[in-house]
Amino acid sequence: MSDSRSPVGYPEPLQDLIDTFATFDDPSERAQVLISFADAFTPVPPEVATRPFGKDHLVPACESEAYVWAMLQPDGKMNLHFAVENPSGISAKAMATMLTRTLSGLTPAEIATVSPEVVERLFRQNISMGKGMGLMSMVGAVRTLAQRAVDIESKPARQE
Amino acid sequence: MSTAASAYAKPDVLVSTDWLAGQLSNPSIRVVESNEDTLLYASGHIPGAAHVDWTADLNDQVRRDYITRDGFEALMSRIGATPDTTIVFYGDKNNWWATYAFWVFQLFGHTKAKILNGGRLKWEKEGRELSRETPTFAATSYQAPERNDTTIRAFREDVQKVVQEKGQLVDVRSPDEYSGKRLHMPDYPNEGALRGGHIPGAKSVPWAKAVNPEDGTFKSVDELKKLYVDEQGLDPSKPVTAYCRIGERSSHTWFALTYLLGFPNVRNYDGSWTEWGNSVGLPIEK
Repeated sequence: MSDSRSPVGYPEPLQDLIDTFATFDDPSERAQVLISFADAFTPVPPEVATRPFGKDHLVPACESEAYVWAMLQPDGKMNLHFAVENPSGISAKAMATMLTRTLSGLTPAEIATVSPEVVERLFRQNISMGKGMGLMSMVGAVRTLAQRAVDIESKPARQE
Repeated sequence: MSTAASAYAKPDVLVSTDWLAGQLSNPSIRVVESNEDTLLYASGHIPGAAHVDWTADLNDQVRRDYITRDGFEALMSRIGATPDTTIVFYGDKNNWWATYAFWVFQLFGHTKAKILNGGRLKWEKEGRELSRETPTFAATSYQAPERNDTTIRAFREDVQKVVQEKGQLVDVRSPDEYSGKRLHMPDYPNEGALRGGHIPGAKSVPWAKAVNPEDGTFKSVDELKKLYVDEQGLDPSKPVTAYCRIGERSSHTWFALTYLLGFPNVRNYDGSWTEWGNSVGLPIEK
């Protein structure tokens, strides 16, 4: 069994986004695109979660107070949802939108391969050290949820 | 000029959100936003505010140092400021970078400078207007003096002397950085110095203790006195040197001690822990 956590590459939709960002040499141009993702942020719908959100969904070390949910669908694909409680959490909202758009609809195994280093690929110099750690933690939280689903799926097979 | 509390030593250096909201069309005032989060200004700022980035605008791009006189003159020209322009700084994270920019401006003697009490947090919480329009300013011809590193800036040798003479030092980092358990703030990469701990004799007063967390405003003069004088025993009549990791958090404490409590001789050691904790042979306490 291969190690699905190895950052050998990114799922195609995310890689496409990384490639798009690579075309922006101007940090201000990249900033505008990141802000447009933040503007498009859609918080977790009430059928998934309502306030007060459970602390088990809180992303650790993220000062924007981000929460994440990973919902396994009947077809085995996973949908991601986020809440960002800090109104100034522009970077967290942008990251949440990008992760939702590029990873929702993939299998848990595919999502579990995403390396937190993707933050640097997307934000480059448009992120401070503290914010960068928080965003990497968002990716880490998504990976953990996806890996948990992978582990649950694989359990019955191991028992046979 | 409107202020938040008249009991501060130099109350005019703070302006309120109410006051600033009424001054946005005043041509003698330039509002400057300085943040940690590099996306924040572009996502919305106080209408008419200029953006000053601490790395790109205030630091030398090659050496570890600040901009020279030429760089400062070019910066002031870019933001359309003259020596008579009053600069009002504000930013995220309790005005952390705003006070840093304020401090750098003082190295060049631009004393017509204020801090928006509460910074971006208070402005946002009050639901005040934010704009995404990047203003353009007519370039000015600003003649600055040479940077003065002698009165409010401390170098390693100065701090060594303070240690030898058992002078007053304030370590404004987090308790874990002070104790040597961490080399950076919690939730930041744990890097930047080879050794942990603090400069011998330094008092630990984390910088953010000087602000009210709910709205980012500075605490009252009585609360600040309790924090720095009563609890830590700092003597206002004697020199104080503040430091952190790279001199940014300590510029906030420098501001509070100098302008709010009126300590006459406060310096910011911008080399801070990334210099001291990496230097060979310097004394360290844990």
